[in-house]
Amino acid sequence: MGGLSPEEWEVLLLSLKVSGVAIAAVLPLAFGLAWMLARWRFPGKVLLDAVVHLPLVLPPVVTGWLLLLTFGTNAPLGRFFADTIGLTFLFRWTGAALAAAVMALPLMVRAMRLSLETVDRRLENAARTLGAGPWRTFFTVTLPLATPGIMAGLVLGLARSVGEFGATITFASNIPGETQTLPLAIYSALQLPGSEWQVARLAGLSVLLSVSALALSEWLSRRNSEGKDRHVL
Amino acid sequence: MSFDIAMTLQRGSLHMTYEFTAGPGLTALFGPSGAGKTSLLDAVAGLARPTDGHIAVAGTVLFDRARKIDLKPEKRRCGYVFQDHRLFPHRSVRRNLLYGWRLVRPEERWLSIDLALDLLGIGHLLDRMPATLSGGEAQRVAIGRALLSAPRFLLMDEPLASVDANRREEILSLIERIRDELKLPILYVSHDRAEVERLAQQIVAVEPVQAKAAPRDQVAPINSRPINMRRISLVPAPMSSSLASRK
Repeated sequence: MGGLSPEEWEVLLLSLKVSGVAIAAVLPLAFGLAWMLARWRFPGKVLLDAVVHLPLVLPPVVTGWLLLLTFGTNAPLGRFFADTIGLTFLFRWTGAALAAAVMALPLMVRAMRLSLETVDRRLENAARTLGAGPWRTFFTVTLPLATPGIMAGLVLGLARSVGEFGATITFASNIPGETQTLPLAIYSALQLPGSEWQVARLAGLSVLLSVSALALSEWLSRRNSEGKDRHVL
Repeated sequence: MSFDIAMTLQRGSLHMTYEFTAGPGLTALFGPSGAGKTSLLDAVAGLARPTDGHIAVAGTVLFDRARKIDLKPEKRRCGYVFQDHRLFPHRSVRRNLLYGWRLVRPEERWLSIDLALDLLGIGHLLDRMPATLSGGEAQRVAIGRALLSAPRFLLMDEPLASVDANRREEILSLIERIRDELKLPILYVSHDRAEVERLAQQIVAVEPVQAKAAPRDQVAPINSRPINMRRISLVPAPMSSSLASRK
């Protein structure tokens, strides 16, 4: 099969960059939303829940179009980011990352919310009576117990963002080296006659990427933190 | 006074009123299940907030509605032994025991780890995970975890319920030593009359709720909403020979 061609490397690295940045940027937001939906009661909760889930149920093309309306050059949020931190999205890899993040968000929120809801609050109470404040309780009890679900959310989000197509091509377009991630490259290759081998290689790459993400999450969730206190007892 | 409690707790539509004071030593809360004994312990631990009243333990005010005092659970320094041991499932026995121990200043600790392991007979369990423990073992670890957090008072909710007979005696005498040598105030919930008679300096009888909640279709005006009073009375403990000689 041989090594990857420079073009394939470019597509792979761009895909990794887009997905990696998308997930890293959206993770705190997803966790915050999951926490709010799992633990808080506030007016408008149902509405927030619906908005978070929109990208899951809308056709991705529509999500892409909505992104154009909100993050385009002359759109309110697009202008805001351009004016404040000089960040533009249109026809740039940052746009592909934004589209990937928005599409991954609902899956991540769902998985994390579910895991937070299963954490036994009585264990958190026990930690409080043992002298742990809310933050310590969060990091020593809540977070470790919710970790499998958070990992599942990460992997789901990563898989979704690596595979993202419709919103990306609508919002950020299909520009080789800038916004052409793996699925877009496969789509472009399919348009050319006699490129079956090229398509197969890119598809294989895509499968490899997904399987490694799955293996990584499995490894992360199984790694335990035993042995830290052995020097005391 | 070790315990000075006068408060109202709301649970659903029920308003439960508790009022009692208790002197030093071990105070047993005795009464049928569902009478609200655990709710009372939760409020003293800071896990449930009373709608009114005050809670003071050993001269420290933990809660006072009128004075707007409401200490956070982690500031109350209580050793709470739950009915369902509540060991952290993701931590080994060792790391469960050390959880509270690490959070107190060394000079405030009054029980060494070695002594706790010895008294509770849990030294061989250190590397086990809670899921692999028997009910009695888990409960002994839970007692150890609470004691090692160097509490200023103890809340024990049926701590011996799942402990087998031969360990029971050792734990009973451990509780007696904590009561007599460390002079920690203890609130102790139990159904077991023999246990209560042996341990308690005073017994508080918690009576079940008598009044019924208002029917749903009949909305009472606010000022006459029925309040289900829970009477709590102080009953002197029977003067068994052991208790008499202690006094």
